[in-house]
Amino acid sequence: MANNRALSKVFVPSDTTAISLGSDDIAARMATTISQQDLALQLVRNGSRGLYWLEPMLELETEAGRVAFGPVTAETFADLVAAEFWVLGEQATAHPSYLGLTEEIDFLKKQQRLTFERVGVIDPLSINDYQQQGGFEGLQKSLALSAQGIVDEVKGSGLRGRGGAAFPAGIKWQTVLDTQAEQKYIVCNADEGDSGTYADRMLMESDPFCLIEGMTIAGLAVAATCGYIYLREEYRLSQQRLEAAIAIAEQTGFLGEDVAGSGRRFSITVRLGAGAYICGEETALLESLEGKRGMVRPKPPLPAIEGLFKQPTVINNVITLASVPIILAKGGAFYQDFGMGRSRGSLPLQLAGNLKQTGLVELAFGVSLDIVLQQFGGGTRTGRPMKAVQVGGPLGAYLAEGQWQTLLDYEAFASAGAVLGHGGIVVFDDSVDMLEQARFSMEFCAIESCGKCTPCRIGSTRGVEVIDKIKAGKDRQKNLELLTDLCDTLEHGSLCAMGGMTPFPVMSAVNYFPDDFNRSDET
Amino acid sequence: MTTFINLSTEQTEDVTGIVSAMQDKPGALLPILHAIQDQLGYIPDAAVATIAGGLQLSRAEVHGVISFYHFFRSKPVGNHVVQICRAESCQAMGSRRLEAHAKSQLNIDYHQTTADGEITLEPVYCLGNCACSPSLRINQAVHSHVDEQQFDQLIAELLTQTLEVQ
Repeated sequence: MANNRALSKVFVPSDTTAISLGSDDIAARMATTISQQDLALQLVRNGSRGLYWLEPMLELETEAGRVAFGPVTAETFADLVAAEFWVLGEQATAHPSYLGLTEEIDFLKKQQRLTFERVGVIDPLSINDYQQQGGFEGLQKSLALSAQGIVDEVKGSGLRGRGGAAFPAGIKWQTVLDTQAEQKYIVCNADEGDSGTYADRMLMESDPFCLIEGMTIAGLAVAATCGYIYLREEYRLSQQRLEAAIAIAEQTGFLGEDVAGSGRRFSITVRLGAGAYICGEETALLESLEGKRGMVRPKPPLPAIEGLFKQPTVINNVITLASVPIILAKGGAFYQDFGMGRSRGSLPLQLAGNLKQTGLVELAFGVSLDIVLQQFGGGTRTGRPMKAVQVGGPLGAYLAEGQWQTLLDYEAFASAGAVLGHGGIVVFDDSVDMLEQARFSMEFCAIESCGKCTPCRIGSTRGVEVIDKIKAGKDRQKNLELLTDLCDTLEHGSLCAMGGMTPFPVMSAVNYFPDDFNRSDET
Repeated sequence: MTTFINLSTEQTEDVTGIVSAMQDKPGALLPILHAIQDQLGYIPDAAVATIAGGLQLSRAEVHGVISFYHFFRSKPVGNHVVQICRAESCQAMGSRRLEAHAKSQLNIDYHQTTADGEITLEPVYCLGNCACSPSLRINQAVHSHVDEQQFDQLIAELLTQTLEVQ
């Protein structure tokens, strides 16, 4: 091995999606090539930048910055090795997989990465990388502030819950700070169950220290010493990364009895869910953490007053907590400068479904959905026209072309009868049957309902039956009226968003895609 | 009255070991169930009494939790668990076709195991791999852009693996 030579770094991503596309195999080949040819290269397994149609994306460190190649299949890799890509000669730069400087790739260049600034850049488990890229600056600043001072920064940033409910984080924190108790908790909701979303997973797999730092700051802000990450069972790589990162943070004194030499205590434990979508709802999540069925609790009492084990609890989504370090490092005012109206800062959007260019797009609030679809998505993967776009997960509305001008802003979406939710954008081409999508929404609600309230438990099953009758052409008009009425009951009579929002996808399908509910050939 | 199949001595040791090691954690039930399922592949009905005893819960409460969560299972599964994502992003890329294909190729429905005991088919609602739909998970490995042909290939690889092991 090259001992005294200056090593140039070569990066091969290691998040779930990159691995599913073969990045582990490319990394193994890279390691073999380095040792066989005694190259002055150091292999780094970074997270993913989230340009998923280009994964596995190999990057090479150069004086001008990192350059990228992608997608790198085994065949492409062999070509690149033959071209000695590490010297970046003509043969390498002429290869179709050569993408130029990573930061100049249009999809990345047009973004405003705040929360995701380190994601895909660093080795997720290198605490040195993390610190060199601004990590723990927010924590250091927090240690110089009073608890109220930290809460004030978060309030001033305008940060709202990124899990979907968009409740102002600072107000939640204030309530917990103001509630006296022996033990308070910080709970991170990492039960990212919405289809079309993977921002939490990316952050946890690619920059786990950022979440640890955010939770620690939350602990300092409200005087909580104990943190839990409630992680969905499906995210096993996130579990490994988080547990490894927590162990490193403990060894280096960023977690434990004496956080960064401050004399303050904070610990984090990862707990696995067990495949229940409802546990993404915060009160069901708390029940599950307590070892019970994930049944929704009526509110009040708010979790901020009576949360985990009946103690005051901050419960926030991964992205909310991971946005806290940059807010404290650069100030609430810096973060608040991005965005529009009451939606401040940035939203990590996730492009999914039928698009050519899928991946993570972090942008300040206020851009139209259309611009994101056109400028980032690059059209459908199948090449057929787009028909419907579902934003905000399985409880979000399906939007037809006329609504794609809607601005990405919580209030703008609400007034269009839709939700931004956790920022998932799922695109369907014209082969989709919206009656089937509406039926699926009801079926999903029936499968995932916790069963506590009647509208959700029974209404969803009746919903599937009514849609089946419509499909069969049986009293179509009457059954459509019945479906509308049923959705009204679900929306207004359910205990939580599961039943309360299932009508969004169902009724948007009925209202914006009426042809799919009125096939003449079936009557 | 349900009759429980008794646990083997080894299984009994596993279950009592896990319960006594973890029963003092706050909210210990889910971690205990995960540990038992990781160890035994499922949570046998005969383990419920031990868990309930350790946590001072009723057997009904423990059973209620096991049956609430899709991930926990009370029966053994095949050598491999294949989960097909049913969520919207995958639907947009043809997962409904993939589901139908998988069921007909394996000749089973969801929650069933092939006659040779090799493969259990399960639905899953989102693997967080929505940028590369349709997705499926085999045991703990996620696969991207899975069409019918690739499905057949993955299954063939699984079965060859098993043969090699034997």
